[in-house]
Amino acid sequence: MPDNDQPELPGSGKERLSPIPDPHDPGSVQHRETAVAGEEFSVEKQIDLTQKSYSQGELIRRRFFHHRGAMISLGFLLFITLMAVSSIGYGFIPGWWPKDYTVTSTVTDGGRPSLSLFPPVWGEQPFGQDDVGKDYFALTMRGTQRSLTIAFTVGILTTLLGTVIGAIAGYFRGWVEAILMRITDLFIVIPLLVLAAVLGQSSGGGIWPLAIMLSLVSWTGLARLVRGEVLSLREREFVTAAEAIGTSPWRIIFKHILPNTMGTIIVSATLTIATVILLESALSFLGFGVKAPDTSLGLLISTYQNSFTVRPWLFWWPGLIILGIALSVNFLGDGLRDAFDPRQSRSSD
Amino acid sequence: MLRFILRRLGVSALILFLGSVFLFFITVLSGDPLEDLRESRERTAPQQMEARIRNMNLNEPWYVRYWIWLTGVARCVTLNCDLGTDSRGADIGTALVNAAGSTLRLVTLATILAIIIGVTLGILAAIRQYSGFDYAVTFAAFLFFSLPVFWVAVLLKEYGAIRFNNWIADPAISLTATIVIALLVAFTLASLLGGDMRRRLVTGGVSAVVAFAAITYFDSVGWWRQPALGLPLIILVAAAAGILLTYVAVGRSNRKIFYAALTTVAAGAVGWFVFNGWIVTPTYPLLLLMFGISIVAAIVIGWFWGGWDRNIAIWVSIGTATAFAFATALDQLLRNWGPFLERKPRPISTIGSGSPNFSGPFWTGVWDWGVQLILPTIVLTVISLAGYSRYTRASMLETIRQDYVRTARSKGLSERVVISKHALRNALIPITTIVAFDFAGLIGGAVVTETVFGWKGMGAMFQEGLQRVDPGPVMAFYLVTGTAAVFMNMMADIAYAFLDPRIRT
Repeated sequence: MPDNDQPELPGSGKERLSPIPDPHDPGSVQHRETAVAGEEFSVEKQIDLTQKSYSQGELIRRRFFHHRGAMISLGFLLFITLMAVSSIGYGFIPGWWPKDYTVTSTVTDGGRPSLSLFPPVWGEQPFGQDDVGKDYFALTMRGTQRSLTIAFTVGILTTLLGTVIGAIAGYFRGWVEAILMRITDLFIVIPLLVLAAVLGQSSGGGIWPLAIMLSLVSWTGLARLVRGEVLSLREREFVTAAEAIGTSPWRIIFKHILPNTMGTIIVSATLTIATVILLESALSFLGFGVKAPDTSLGLLISTYQNSFTVRPWLFWWPGLIILGIALSVNFLGDGLRDAFDPRQSRSSD
Repeated sequence: MLRFILRRLGVSALILFLGSVFLFFITVLSGDPLEDLRESRERTAPQQMEARIRNMNLNEPWYVRYWIWLTGVARCVTLNCDLGTDSRGADIGTALVNAAGSTLRLVTLATILAIIIGVTLGILAAIRQYSGFDYAVTFAAFLFFSLPVFWVAVLLKEYGAIRFNNWIADPAISLTATIVIALLVAFTLASLLGGDMRRRLVTGGVSAVVAFAAITYFDSVGWWRQPALGLPLIILVAAAAGILLTYVAVGRSNRKIFYAALTTVAAGAVGWFVFNGWIVTPTYPLLLLMFGISIVAAIVIGWFWGGWDRNIAIWVSIGTATAFAFATALDQLLRNWGPFLERKPRPISTIGSGSPNFSGPFWTGVWDWGVQLILPTIVLTVISLAGYSRYTRASMLETIRQDYVRTARSKGLSERVVISKHALRNALIPITTIVAFDFAGLIGGAVVTETVFGWKGMGAMFQEGLQRVDPGPVMAFYLVTGTAAVFMNMMADIAYAFLDPRIRT
């Protein structure tokens, strides 16, 4: 019986110096590893090669479409938008609802809404009439249309402004960054609503000037987020590589950096839309946003808040629609966030 | 630390100044202050126009008007502020003093409540991740995020004020309402305390029965019109607070801290008898004095019981004493609810921040403005609570996944120590930064809320000033809210430095 602790004699052919394991020696270290690697003790995840593999974009899309809350919200939002646009028409496109929101008529049944879910009845005035007999369904749809127009315009403009300024501030640093940070500080001392109210007052009540004014105040949040992302991305190797081969800064920003911040931008744009819906309605409620003869959901609530005890439906419909839109946009944003960044969602646990 | 604070203060002052220039400029630009008089057909219109031009210095360019305003404000250093006159010639300074009080009261109370409730909910939701409670909090946060402030305010005015006034005239809770409330309490507590199915059922069952019994009892003795706590309940509340604090701070094993808390409660009970006369008919200085005495007593008790844990003992005693003081104040308030109802049969008025010419004993006077504060505070708290609970939950979940928390668990520390010592303090750091932004948001919300509830506060001042394109009131509004925001920001920064030693430079 040879002593196992003693090294093998040189020249005996069992010095174990060769990197190739001796196939006849089951005790050799290498042999043990190769024997175990493919079996169930592996720490590596088993990759099932029979399934289809997905690209990054497909993965995000799949996650998003499997998010139940986001899908319900998307459905609701599309439904409201379609309703608002198709019922009373948009611009020269005629709608299917026969009544006009400006025309007064005789008040029937105290202006009570004729809509009921059980039994399902649509009726003459589904949302009722106001005190001068205007059809409230047409009025609410018009308000929804206006509020949605403002929200989406501001959402798009804000996203463009915020992305560009944030990217410049993050990539070039310098004075753009300093100004951006000081403007952000400004929002601590002047509340967003106050600033928006002063600018809304100067816009004179039209929806397009109002939308532009609101875009001017609501881009800072996104700009800060994008700046933060760009700050960390510009230190990455692929940016250094691009710089090394002489790529121009603008190409680096738009081709190399911004595609990597897409998730943040899309999520933030969604949440901006929710904020703007609320901001616009609050401004119109205070009298600094959309002004009569045009209308918006906030203005409707403001106009009819005192008739709550006599005609509560004048108050409920626009409020519920604002709540519904804001809620569904927020859930949509949440679904998008989970799709882009699944770390905080349950499915990854 | 001092240098840190001073530097922050300098930066804040600069921003405050630049903000004032900007706001003044865009306010002046936002419209024509003489528009209504230009279209007026009154014979006195030219004189009125003359007077308005004089009141607002309209003949000067905007930077001269700003300079006039700024020199007036600069005289505040010598306590001799001159904020100018508004478009009708009224002095803005006097109007501001009345308006600022009610608004700052509202916003500060809402901020504190939102932070306390929101952070607590966020922590609980994070600890009980994916429980029924977590889903409920998450859904509620989304709902509150999406609520239009003015809409909620009008709703609360209808249901919280008008219907409540009708109800309090002859209060009775129906059997169905009682059952629903009891079930809600049961569900919340059961999913909060957690455990296996059996333990949850027991918790839920017991709390449902207790809630049901309590409501039925209150209903039968007419508690809604003649409420009171009484000394036994005060002691119970304070003792519960003491035990909870002890448990969170050091755990059940440390008897010294526990005894310190109990001694504080006993001392409080003695104090309750000694100062009873003052408690029943106090004034604000007397209340402050009594609170000061109880804090000093708590420090002494903590000092003597403390031993090696002197610091913790003192803090727990102070917490317990504060709980005792608040319970006593609540008891007095509740006792005076009946007398208050006799003076004001419909307690919550839908307009104004207090009834003019109200006379009555001290505690009914507190009710008079306190009851007006309830509904606006609820509106503002609910809206900003959502943000705090979401941020705290996310930040807490992030922290719990950190390596040092896993290390703490793996070396056998109890869940209490891991959560309260390792996770919580680090999770709170990012929260302090959102306080400043949230405070600004709350002031914006206050403008809307005051409009709905008809308060003559800062919001009304701002709104009227802006409608008349009059920078005077708008700038007065900015002066108060901007300074308050800078102050809140400072507090948040100091809290940040306190929680995170790395930035104390």
